[in-house]
Amino acid sequence: MELKKTRADIISTVEFNHTGELLATGDKGGRVVIFQREQESKNQVHRRGEYNVYSTFQSHEPEFDYLKSLEIEEKINKIRWLPQQNAAYFLLSTNDKTVKLWKVSERDKRPEGYNLKDEEGRLRDPATITTLRVPVLRPMDLMVEATPRRVFANAHTYHINSISVNSDYETYMSADDLRINLWNFEITNQSFNIVDIKPANMEELTEVITAAEFHPHHCNTFVYSSSKGTIRLCDMRASALCDRHTKFFEEPEDPSNRSFFSEIISSISDVKFSHSGRYIMTRDYLTVKVWDLNMENRPIETYQVHDYLRSKLCSLYENDCIFDKFECVWNGSDSVIMTGSYNNFFRMFDRNTKRDVTLEASRENSKPRAILKPRKVCVGGKRRKDEISVDSLDFSKKILHTAWHPSENIIAVAATNNLYIFQDKVN
Amino acid sequence: MLHYLEMEDKVTSPEKAEEAKLKARYPHLGQKPGGSDFLRKRLQKGQKYFDSGDYNMAKAKMKNKQLPTAAPDKTEVTGDHIPTPQDLPQRKPSLVASKLAG
Repeated sequence: MELKKTRADIISTVEFNHTGELLATGDKGGRVVIFQREQESKNQVHRRGEYNVYSTFQSHEPEFDYLKSLEIEEKINKIRWLPQQNAAYFLLSTNDKTVKLWKVSERDKRPEGYNLKDEEGRLRDPATITTLRVPVLRPMDLMVEATPRRVFANAHTYHINSISVNSDYETYMSADDLRINLWNFEITNQSFNIVDIKPANMEELTEVITAAEFHPHHCNTFVYSSSKGTIRLCDMRASALCDRHTKFFEEPEDPSNRSFFSEIISSISDVKFSHSGRYIMTRDYLTVKVWDLNMENRPIETYQVHDYLRSKLCSLYENDCIFDKFECVWNGSDSVIMTGSYNNFFRMFDRNTKRDVTLEASRENSKPRAILKPRKVCVGGKRRKDEISVDSLDFSKKILHTAWHPSENIIAVAATNNLYIFQDKVN
Repeated sequence: MLHYLEMEDKVTSPEKAEEAKLKARYPHLGQKPGGSDFLRKRLQKGQKYFDSGDYNMAKAKMKNKQLPTAAPDKTEVTGDHIPTPQDLPQRKPSLVASKLAG
């Protein structure tokens, strides 16, 4: 069972909250770990706030659907934070079938001096009580509690790949391979189906939904991506069921370039709106693309993540790596985009300077406070001293999940079962 | 590297070269690569078949034999070897806290 313990630790999602004060991770074992940024103290102005464990809880358990003979993994597919409205923090976490709303709150006082209970909680014999006292609140060691406030279950026949909180803060959506549902946070026994691409005859199935997200400001607008490399933008004001898109984004393909792998590598694994709401970014197997919402016929920018893998597609198909789902993120000002690769490498692209860098998240190469050294993969015959050849890349070390602080240059990178947090150097 | 150069003489792009390699290894690979078969497999993820009839029959049979304690019986792959609770991998929830939580 040693192997199972290791697999359960594999991080499956990473997400900063809206202020960047908290960072949540979800793993294959159904657990959530939340880190909190240390307050910068007056004494150490130059010491950047570090992230420490704040709370951890078991969000989902493994289940077996006996009716369908389906094993339901406890793996957390996505975590999304709600904006903070009071002292407590709220987040949504989901596995393949069930979305849960968790409340994370602090307790630093407790009542003491009950009349009917003693300090250990044992009931006192009423006959022995001769005086009456008023319980008082006394300070206690800080305790962080996580409680499940809502469970949104039984609404998905297929596997949930995305959840997205709406800008109205009242609703959110959950998307599976063929359908997207709209929920109200207060109501768990009903949800509205807003997209349904299931064909009447399953033999005619040609594409599935791979990711979905609400527009950051317009609560009526959302996008969803497909396994065929297309993105659809829908407006919920147009109709109750948004099967007909408002906009359809697709890059024309050169038919002479088409191969067996074309459709598989064009499948979009992640779609993210820019903070401005003017652009969307998509990740497919080899590239990251930026699209202008006003231009549907092609992306405005395309970045090569690891084009050298094009000559390895046969073996990547055989070992299933070609189906790996990489995510992508924007920085706070939408000027830099980041995504992961293999060999624990991750890539950053500066949209303004057009410069890109490859960095590595690994214990051997990063000591605390050390500066990350750019890495380079060599494709040709002559390998320079610091370069790594394509053939020595470790495809089991994949960085699928990364997150960028909403306003600062702090990034979180999940490398299998390790979490790396990198910050900009303070001068 | 030499192998790659050889392929380049015959086909135009690295992607097409990889496709030729794959078709050489698997000549019967489906015509619709991104089509129904591949998608339907994705939708069926997690499917595990459990036949309660078989299971109870095997349990009844087992009562008359001694329960297998050591490995030797596990190498047997016959119709008699229906999974018993002892054989199934445990689907326990993670009672151990995540290592990230320190």
